[in-house]
Amino acid sequence: MKSVKRYMAVMASALSLLILSSNGALAATELTMYYPVAVGGPLTKVVDGLVADFEKANPDIKVNAIYAGNYNDARIKALAALKSGDPAQLSVMFSIDIYELIEQDAIVAFDDIVETDDDRAWLKSFYPALMENGVTQGKVWGIPFQRSTIVMYYNKDAFREAGLDPDSPPATWDELVSMGQKLVKKDASGNVDRWGLMIPSTGYPYWMFGALTMQNDQVLMNGDGNETYYDAPSTVEALQFWRDLGDKHGVMPANTIEWGTLRQNFLEGKTAMMWHSTGNLTIVKKNATFDFGVAMLPAKKRRGTPTGGGNFYIFKKSTPEERAASMKLIRFLTAPDRTAEWSISTGYIGTRPDAYETDKLKSYVMEFPPAAVARDQLEFATAELSTYQTGRVRKLLDDAIQATLTGAKSPEEALGSAQDQADRLLKRYR
Amino acid sequence: MPSSTIRNQAYGWLLLTPAAIFLIAFTHYPAIATLGQSFFSESTVIRPAEFVGLENYQIMLTDEVFWKVVRNNIWYAIGTIPASVALAMIMAIWVNGKLAGRGLVRMAYFTPTILPMIAVANIWLFFYTPDIGLIDQFLSMFGFSGRNWLGNPETVLSCIIVMTIWKEAGFFMIFYLAALQSISPELEEAARIEGAGRWYYFRRVTFPLIMPTTLFVLINAVINSFKLVDHLFILTKGGPDNASSLLLYYIYEVAFSFFDEAYAATLTVVLLVTLAIIAIGQFLLMDKRVHYR
Amino acid sequence: MIGYHGIGVWLEKAAAWLLALLWISPLIYAFWAAFHPAIYATRFDLLAPLTLDNFREAWSQAPFARYYLNTFLLVTGILIGQFVLCTLAAYAFARFEFSGRNIAFALVLVQLMIMPEVLIVENYSTMSKLGLVDTISGIGLPYIASAFGIFLLRQTFKTVPQELEDAARVEGCSWLQVLLKVYVPLARSTYLAYGLVSVSYHWNNFLWPLIITNSVETRPLTVGLAIFGAPESGVEWSIITAGTLLAVAPLLLGFLLFQRQFVQSFMRAGIK
Repeated sequence: MKSVKRYMAVMASALSLLILSSNGALAATELTMYYPVAVGGPLTKVVDGLVADFEKANPDIKVNAIYAGNYNDARIKALAALKSGDPAQLSVMFSIDIYELIEQDAIVAFDDIVETDDDRAWLKSFYPALMENGVTQGKVWGIPFQRSTIVMYYNKDAFREAGLDPDSPPATWDELVSMGQKLVKKDASGNVDRWGLMIPSTGYPYWMFGALTMQNDQVLMNGDGNETYYDAPSTVEALQFWRDLGDKHGVMPANTIEWGTLRQNFLEGKTAMMWHSTGNLTIVKKNATFDFGVAMLPAKKRRGTPTGGGNFYIFKKSTPEERAASMKLIRFLTAPDRTAEWSISTGYIGTRPDAYETDKLKSYVMEFPPAAVARDQLEFATAELSTYQTGRVRKLLDDAIQATLTGAKSPEEALGSAQDQADRLLKRYR
Repeated sequence: MPSSTIRNQAYGWLLLTPAAIFLIAFTHYPAIATLGQSFFSESTVIRPAEFVGLENYQIMLTDEVFWKVVRNNIWYAIGTIPASVALAMIMAIWVNGKLAGRGLVRMAYFTPTILPMIAVANIWLFFYTPDIGLIDQFLSMFGFSGRNWLGNPETVLSCIIVMTIWKEAGFFMIFYLAALQSISPELEEAARIEGAGRWYYFRRVTFPLIMPTTLFVLINAVINSFKLVDHLFILTKGGPDNASSLLLYYIYEVAFSFFDEAYAATLTVVLLVTLAIIAIGQFLLMDKRVHYR
Repeated sequence: MIGYHGIGVWLEKAAAWLLALLWISPLIYAFWAAFHPAIYATRFDLLAPLTLDNFREAWSQAPFARYYLNTFLLVTGILIGQFVLCTLAAYAFARFEFSGRNIAFALVLVQLMIMPEVLIVENYSTMSKLGLVDTISGIGLPYIASAFGIFLLRQTFKTVPQELEDAARVEGCSWLQVLLKVYVPLARSTYLAYGLVSVSYHWNNFLWPLIITNSVETRPLTVGLAIFGAPESGVEWSIITAGTLLAVAPLLLGFLLFQRQFVQSFMRAGIK
């Protein structure tokens, strides 16, 4: 029996080897924050730098900023941490996670935390278009941070080569097709060497689609997040156009186009134009070996793009001190100066007008005008697709888009069945 | 000796206990709990779970995506199992025979086994990427046009299958190599004297002798066809339009992206039942000749 | 080999080599892209300059040192746990007559089919009840009672002659001493084989660690690498391949150095 005990002891110590001791906290308030990255470049470095600045200015607050992967990962990780005993107090998450977070009773509204008039004024200091995804039930739940719109990157050299004016990129769908066709370059045996246009259809297809539908003057969902308009005629028309770009007009490869490798394709000159997040601007600028331009997306009935990206949320499971510290951190990171810095190093939009008044951003925009395109486009922007049951409702649309682009279904059929299923999911929220 | 029997009983169970606790906690209990959970509705903080009987199963039967991933998984199994087992056999015979640089060849075959799928998936992504990817560059050298390998539902699953075969074959080869080396060389000597050809020898001697290994490898391959989904995270995320999604990946998606644990449990039950059927089939097939006991 | 002659043989040898080349090509590409500037990641030029910048960049973009430590703690922790638990259980099955032994053994073998990967949903909720989400123990615990290990060691222990045990008993050894002095040394090669299989399995394991870890302090290399190389952020192959090589280097190096033992160990683990 004694030997059994001894053996158990050996085993116990072996097991305890597995368990890591966490290092003790020194600061008065310790905050844990998850954040995602969905564009290129050393963004984690930038965030670490900003956080370090904050800690220097506020020695009594310690911040663990944890890079959690893509937007989906960040939401999963933050919610998971919430369920386990070691929650985060604030996080940057997808702006469209709002309903999911409310349904999980995970977040608090900023209106319920702000104390001073100064705070309240701060809530109103951001671009209204960027606030759309953060407001529901008459309250502000998310503060814009890494926010973007979709813009069109185009290869000016290719434009010149095709005899097009490099300073007037396509402004309408018709121009997009006609110029796109001129930009397609084929080799002697008829294989395409360079495509006219690529719109990515993996990763975030619904987001790109939000631009096409908006350009056709159609939104995808209502403001309460419990109704979608997937099968509206103008939605179907927009999807038909997307498919035609590849199938009928031949300006884009057929089937789906990978989000992750698209930038590489553009930089390698395999496509003359690409639609992508402004968040890629800085890295494209760094790596492009040709003259490139950035333009607003073209119009059918009007111009349009969804906003995109991540907002700050504060979690309910936090003490008043932690909430106050979180507010401090968020206000610090969204101050005009920092916002300008963030925008320059990433390409994301400066989230507030006064950021563009800072010397830094002013001179940057002056010498590199593409940096202002996304902001100028905000005027035409709409909210990104966001509903209750958002993961599923979004996936329904993603699948419908991919089914159409790959030719498995017609737009009517794909979107009709997506709408039916979305209705079934959202019924109980009406 | 009754006292020693009692001691045997006590020691036997005592020695088993630590392992039993973990096995029960992480295999038996969750398997049963999964079944239980599948009878409840999705739970959110605002809407707690409630008993719904077979509703989740009804939903599942009308879920197009479910049927699609089941179909995909069957094709995935059909695509990976015979090919990787056959390749493994051929590889083993090659590196077991006389071959210049045998060690190098064996190493090349075996290397994928020790590389993490998730890491090499990025490299395979490069192979498959349209226009700038390795395969398309290679094709264009011969004047063929590029293909959108991962963006086309007709080719995407095959791409996933090819990568899986690459990953598995070398691992299975090792088992065959072990089996081949246990065959007595005299057999070959005798066959040579009889004037038997190589193919004949393989068909009548080698193949039957390594049959137990084949069964063992087959079962591993079957399990893997339900388990290997790592590369999907990088290559396709199950797309386009779920054309490359597999059952376990769908379970992951439902549980950790849609947060619907109840439905994920329902899907897991399907996976468990499938594995159980395979296990019983294996038991009947193998009889008592092979491996266990 | 029988009838090993003629042109067919040469064709076959060429095929064997070609296949080997195909099989190793992803690794060759990884080396290519990692040691050349980004511009050469998708084009091949023998005169391309070599560089270590990609490694520097990868190393600075993700906390690889921490990921190494996590993976190291994980695989050693699992290995120790597996050795202890499986040895005890295997010894029980091999040498003790107790009632319910066959049923218990069958219940153990269930895990060969239903591996922890399949039960991610339920195991996750167990772990969160135990407060083990985002801990290295949380990653390892579902694996430490391994049916494969128990099975393998039981087979080996059964081949130990009863006389050896009896002799040790006569000398007054307790069962534990018998186990440690007779059985374990005789099963050394099985331990080595099983150990190598286990280490390479858990070094490369991904799905469960992805689900159960949230932070840098617990993520093993595979999860760190997946996040680091996530296609969402735009694929940069030179840096990703550098990161990949960093992640697999220890295992790959060990494999190259001890190839013979490695392969033989895997073979032994396969022999039933």
